[in-house]
Amino acid sequence: MTLTKSAVLGVAVGAMLTTSFALNAQAADGHYIPLTTYRTGAFAGSGTPNANGMHDFFTMLNQRDGGIGGVKIIVEECETGYKAQKGVECYEATKGKGALVYNPYSTGITLQLIPKAPIDKIPVLSMGYGLSAAADGEKFPWIFNAPATYWSQASGVIKYIASRNKGDLKGKKIGFTYLDVGYGREPIPLFKALAKKMGFELMLLPVGVKEMQNQASHWLQVRKEKPDYMIIWGWGAMTPTAIKEAAKIRFNMENFIGVWWSGGQVDVRPAGKGAIGYHAMTFHGASTDIPVFKDIIKHVVDGPGKTLTKKAEDVKEIYYMRGVFNAFVVAEAIANAQKITGKKNITGADMRKGLETLNLTPARIKEAGFEGFIDSLKITCKDHAGANKMFVQRWDGKDWKKVSDWIEPMKDLVRPMLEEAAAKYVADKKDWVTQKCS
Amino acid sequence: MFYREVGDLKTTYRSDQQVLTITQERYAIFALLAFMYAVVPFIADDFWLNTVIIPALIFSLAALGLNILVGYAGLISLGTGGFMGVGAYACYKLTTIFPDVNIVFHILASGFFAAAVGVLFGLPSLRIKGFYLAVATLASQFFLEWAFGRIAWLYNYNDSGAIDAVNRSLGGFALTEPYGDTKFQYLVTLTIVVFLTLIAINILRGRFGRSWMAIRDMDIAAELIGIRLLPSKLLAFAISSYYCGVAGAMLVFLSLGSAEVESFDILNASFPVLFMVIIGGLGSIIGSFLGAGFIVVLPIIISTVPRFFEIDINSATVEHFRFMIVGALIIFFLIVEPAGLARLWQITREKLRLWPFPN
Repeated sequence: MTLTKSAVLGVAVGAMLTTSFALNAQAADGHYIPLTTYRTGAFAGSGTPNANGMHDFFTMLNQRDGGIGGVKIIVEECETGYKAQKGVECYEATKGKGALVYNPYSTGITLQLIPKAPIDKIPVLSMGYGLSAAADGEKFPWIFNAPATYWSQASGVIKYIASRNKGDLKGKKIGFTYLDVGYGREPIPLFKALAKKMGFELMLLPVGVKEMQNQASHWLQVRKEKPDYMIIWGWGAMTPTAIKEAAKIRFNMENFIGVWWSGGQVDVRPAGKGAIGYHAMTFHGASTDIPVFKDIIKHVVDGPGKTLTKKAEDVKEIYYMRGVFNAFVVAEAIANAQKITGKKNITGADMRKGLETLNLTPARIKEAGFEGFIDSLKITCKDHAGANKMFVQRWDGKDWKKVSDWIEPMKDLVRPMLEEAAAKYVADKKDWVTQKCS
Repeated sequence: MFYREVGDLKTTYRSDQQVLTITQERYAIFALLAFMYAVVPFIADDFWLNTVIIPALIFSLAALGLNILVGYAGLISLGTGGFMGVGAYACYKLTTIFPDVNIVFHILASGFFAAAVGVLFGLPSLRIKGFYLAVATLASQFFLEWAFGRIAWLYNYNDSGAIDAVNRSLGGFALTEPYGDTKFQYLVTLTIVVFLTLIAINILRGRFGRSWMAIRDMDIAAELIGIRLLPSKLLAFAISSYYCGVAGAMLVFLSLGSAEVESFDILNASFPVLFMVIIGGLGSIIGSFLGAGFIVVLPIIISTVPRFFEIDINSATVEHFRFMIVGALIIFFLIVEPAGLARLWQITREKLRLWPFPN
């Protein structure tokens, strides 16, 4: 390399470094909502519709209502590839711009953000995922996991299975296959407690991220041990692989039940007919025949709004709908915060208040165009999850059909466990920010 | 023009044997350190400190550790992530068992656990070399990953299976992520890295470093001149793992705040650190820093460029571009200079010393 070349290189590197220091985050003008998305990697199948749903709902609000309370919503995506470390990078990169709330869409990222939230005063809304113990609002003022925690859900699944066995699970064997990260491990304590209480045998089958697309050996074990039911806590490529493997060993699909993150079309489609009869939990409907989706299609997907959703058909994806629901909760919390504080431009701390006093009544749900899609939702200072009802849906080869009534989680069992876990989490942490609820 | 070496005479053995023999370079390093200590904290914001500079420093230390093993002792290792993890988990256990002991002490002490594990898995290195050793260290990586995920005692039986942040302070100020001030974390990281680098330089210049290089160049010859292979190789594993372990502990407590197995797996830790060493330059201390800078900083700069120019581009596309550009640059640099960035710097330096006379 000649001297001129190296000089040019040196100047270039120097210039790059100086400009990079100048890349200071600037506060955005509007409701700034960063989204940690994953449209790449092994989890993109689940992550893409989710991100699209959130994005499109906010775009729709901007198009239809001019934002929330007259202030536009600014959405910025940051790609994480479902990696917790990248999620933290995204968090650091965006928190200084006036972020109102984080929706990590990854239990791993949520766990990393939980201790950061009170310090940066930005709430985290992990909608139906994340740390179950965070439902204890007194111990975790900044974390919200409405409409229900994983523990509530786990109790709901068992309740549902019990209902199919006249309430008796004694001597039954229930297999639990899960993605072996924070997300999949989260419900284990509850399953263990329930196994003890109700007398069924629990068989744990962890699936590492690396083995996600190759689960032959796991299902061989299922074939050998013949559990009566299988429960799956999968995400990304894990669920479709598991369903395919289950179909291959002719496991009875009617006895295979997924978490609400294993119940999208992307999960069952690859197995084709083999997936018919697969069940999954959910907390919202599967029909797009309600006003809000019509508005999204009109204003965004087929309309002028900028979107990555390719066709109106994509709106029917369960994970897309869930993204919309998530965005709806955020939007309502923003509106609520504006109402409480009387300010148009709110901060993360205001947003926290907005979330904490959120009350989605049936009237409001109808007004917003979500009628028949979701149940009412009320977050309180004490209960950040709400422990809301859920139901079971069944895949019939074409659509998800509701097959159970709304199931009430076992609140009396779950809540004390949540509080105990929350106390344990906080116990060894000095200066942990808590609050007292009246 | 750049170097003025005339009259820079050494009159004592001491001055002749110092780390940087050229006076100007010594001052340049002092100036750089002064800049890093006194200026960087004021011009860099939290984002740059937390996502770029601190990780770059920490990974430099890990790369330096691996470089001791691969570049100096000639022992290929793919177990870096595991050894970093040992440091991190050891530090977590130490600080939860002895919460009153200073966290910096724990960080430095946790390296010893990594060193012990490194020695254990370094035992096969006497019998096997090259790729076969790489496979043996790969086994250690898999075993350690398994241990971090499965032995609940290591993460204090947390339901999440992750080691989470603990609030520890230094001199009355909160230090650990996320409680501490980023600038303070940066200064502590920088101090530990500078201190350990200084020690590494001296180890490598001394008897140990020379014996490792002799083994690397030809182990039979080294044995003939009286170097005992087993203790030397194990010492290389120990010191290398110590550095990796300290880097792992720093990664969790000064940068990430909490960690799962994922942070120390082969794709997130072992390979990147090995690439840093290869791209930076095998057997070069400055190379470890250049390599870490390249691998850590470049992707982040690439992903901020569209944001900076306010180009409206979807984040997934940026991610794809980032992979392509970083990959292309790695290949470009390896073609231009297979011996790494350190060699590029060395050539430039030689030319500058002779300038304006060409050689």
